[in-house]
Amino acid sequence: MIGKVMGWLSQFFKSKKKTIKLGIYGPPNSGKTTLANKICQDWLGQDMGSVSSIAHETREIQIKEQISIKSKDGRELMFNLVDTPGIATRIDYEDFIKSGMTEGKAKKRAKEATRGVIDAIKWLDEMDVVLVVLDSATDPYSQVNITIIGNLAARNIPVLIVANKVDLRKANMKKVQAAFPQYEVVGISAKYGKNINEFYESLFNLAGR
Amino acid sequence: MVTLHFVPYTDIEPLSSVGRIRHLLNIAKQNKIVLLQGRLRREEEAELIKTTMEEINKEFRGIELAVINPQQSELSGFSRMKYDVLGMLLGDRSGLTIIGPANVVKAISKDPNKIEVYTKDVKRKKRR
Repeated sequence: MIGKVMGWLSQFFKSKKKTIKLGIYGPPNSGKTTLANKICQDWLGQDMGSVSSIAHETREIQIKEQISIKSKDGRELMFNLVDTPGIATRIDYEDFIKSGMTEGKAKKRAKEATRGVIDAIKWLDEMDVVLVVLDSATDPYSQVNITIIGNLAARNIPVLIVANKVDLRKANMKKVQAAFPQYEVVGISAKYGKNINEFYESLFNLAGR
Repeated sequence: MVTLHFVPYTDIEPLSSVGRIRHLLNIAKQNKIVLLQGRLRREEEAELIKTTMEEINKEFRGIELAVINPQQSELSGFSRMKYDVLGMLLGDRSGLTIIGPANVVKAISKDPNKIEVYTKDVKRKKRR
């Protein structure tokens, strides 16, 4: 009888897999939402949010719950995906006007973007694992990147650096690796799905431990 | 003309985290480039970004931020430990933090040992 109860309890706890919070952080226009969409398309068959070439398209925290992914060797990882607004130190509505927006829309976007940055920083404490998405064609030494990664390290949150846009001619993976030698860096193109299996493998190695 | 305002670490040392951020942002909001001896704590850097966002308006469009700390990356083993302990006790006085108001500074580009500040008035300004 006791054996039966123990067996039932062990089955119960085995079936209750832990769901982690997987955050996507990075500067504006690094492709965070493009990666979130790729993950959601691959495992749920739907998009997560809209993308745009104009910075600060994502201005609110977006959450997709209960995403379950499987590795080649049968491991399973369950997570809630949290796509955050791009973290910036400056937001100028005139930059949006230059991109073709009306003054009213540009001011509204700027205001929402500042709130988005504040929310993204507030949410740092909530994450279990974070993907820091960087544009591999731009300077990785920007202080925003260093501040995000430094704050995650201070909170002991595991980090995978995703060097996105490796399809671009100016992409420089080595520079990203040199800037953050103590972290694993995986180069992908979220837009075209390049190296996406290597990305999932790295995610399993980091979050599936 | 670009004004550089040097802030010795002793100026911010006795202040709380909020006080340090306030002090530095107040200078930057006067359209001066702040050169801080040493650096803020990592959590304070994130808080600086958050506070900057809260204060963005028509006149103040944010900041450009860069920290240069060439010695730290070269340290290893005991020296690194000594450096970290001293940093914890006395604050991080080595290196240099640059906070430029976005109205004046267009961009700051950084290599591990070099910072280049691009201002809006002057086409290109180099600093080490």
